[in-house]
Amino acid sequence: MGTETSDDAAVYRLNDELAVIQTVDFFTPVVDDPCLFGQIAAANSLSDVYAMGGKPLLALNIVCFPSCLPPELLGEILRGGAQKVAEAGAIIAGGHTVQDDVPKYGLAVTGLVHPQRVLTNAGASPGDLLILTKPLGTGIINTAAKGDIASQDTVRAAVDNMLQLNRRAAEVMIRYNVKSCTDITGFGFLGHAAEMARASKVSFEIWVDRIPILPGTRELAAMGMIPAGAYANRDFLSGEINIPAKLGPETTAILFDPQTSGGLFIAVPASGVHKALEEMKQEGIRADIVGQVTQRQTDLIKLI
Amino acid sequence: MPETLNLDCKGLACPQPVIQVKKALDSIAEGTVTAVVDNETARENISLFAKNAGYKASAEKSGQDYRITITKGRAGNVNREREVADPQPGKPPMVYLITSNLLGQGSPDLGQVLMKSLLVTLNEMNPAPMALLFLNSGVMSACEESPALEQLQSLSAKGVTMISCGTCLDYYKLKEKLKVGRVGNMLDINGYLCGGAKVITIA
Repeated sequence: MGTETSDDAAVYRLNDELAVIQTVDFFTPVVDDPCLFGQIAAANSLSDVYAMGGKPLLALNIVCFPSCLPPELLGEILRGGAQKVAEAGAIIAGGHTVQDDVPKYGLAVTGLVHPQRVLTNAGASPGDLLILTKPLGTGIINTAAKGDIASQDTVRAAVDNMLQLNRRAAEVMIRYNVKSCTDITGFGFLGHAAEMARASKVSFEIWVDRIPILPGTRELAAMGMIPAGAYANRDFLSGEINIPAKLGPETTAILFDPQTSGGLFIAVPASGVHKALEEMKQEGIRADIVGQVTQRQTDLIKLI
Repeated sequence: MPETLNLDCKGLACPQPVIQVKKALDSIAEGTVTAVVDNETARENISLFAKNAGYKASAEKSGQDYRITITKGRAGNVNREREVADPQPGKPPMVYLITSNLLGQGSPDLGQVLMKSLLVTLNEMNPAPMALLFLNSGVMSACEESPALEQLQSLSAKGVTMISCGTCLDYYKLKEKLKVGRVGNMLDINGYLCGGAKVITIA
């Protein structure tokens, strides 16, 4: 698979039946609890395999850790990571640690997929509807949490959101003839949506009111708890996405907010979309239809 | 007594500049807080916080930095009313499927008046509908000589999607006369009908 469509992971075809998916991601702690951090980082790393339509098989730990911190903390991080990898039905086969001033953790993950069922950014067709499987807001809430501004309930909801594996959403998705999927991470909802629309040579109509948002996010955005990444994502896409003035700076920031372990963003053929959504909701996934794919128009993404 | 506080927020990581400004404003009853920041994110975040908290704020560039001045108290209170209502969360967008150029059964003249009246009303809706889909003789509303063209153009300018059925335009020989929105096919139209929006059919 080439780099021009900005896909989530590398895919290598072994034979007509089997392709390998390879991906890596790691980052600095987003929560204080080391075990929860390990789980979130692992869920985030595993997500790229699900976004490509695959199943994770093996994972390797990637760790940066300072010598001044107690090694028990590292043990907790690794324990959290191992729990999530087990939940995904994969195996941790080892890993590597280097000494560094700031702790960082993540996984290199190997997954498997049938070569004909790889879900790329390039497969969305006009008429498909767009499903988002997790609410937005983790970047803004994590920023507010750093400043002790967010309430405990708000932080807890964001942590639960980040902890959720994209496994079940992916399992439902692959039964509905889906051709295109990505996961929402550092470029924010609109950043990843733009990548998919561009790679698929289509336009997206996004129904802003329908986008699920974590409780408290809007209020924190209004208080200026917006991470630099959200502004960077917005400025990067300013030439391609026209933001209607009626959205206001808070909603705009939410749409560009960098997500940690965000949801899947899936183009689903219209015939199956309601059934797929229903199945996801039965699995406890906070998914919703947030827009539709149209033929390429002047606007890459039209916000309504 | 109005107080004046100066904050140096250079080199502070997000969200510390906003928090420092908030604490400073909380600590005074009336007065001015001036904060110097060295990045665009801090400037935008402090300005957004000040605006939403009802303070008057202004920012100016000084060299590589920004100096933001926020006024609290009698001099600084500004009207907190928002210019535009936020989209109402949880309410599905509205799609109107318009299948006739006349509204209701009865006199065609009356039907035309009522259709225009409906489109005037849609123009006043807040939030505006997401899309208007024109089928069969409904496409006439979006074409030259439509009595409601002005209303539709105004809706279009607000970002309302308008799609006229291509087959219908061909049938009525109106393809050259379409004045607002774009031509679409049944796949486009069906995408809206089953897309989770609330669909209202006007026949």
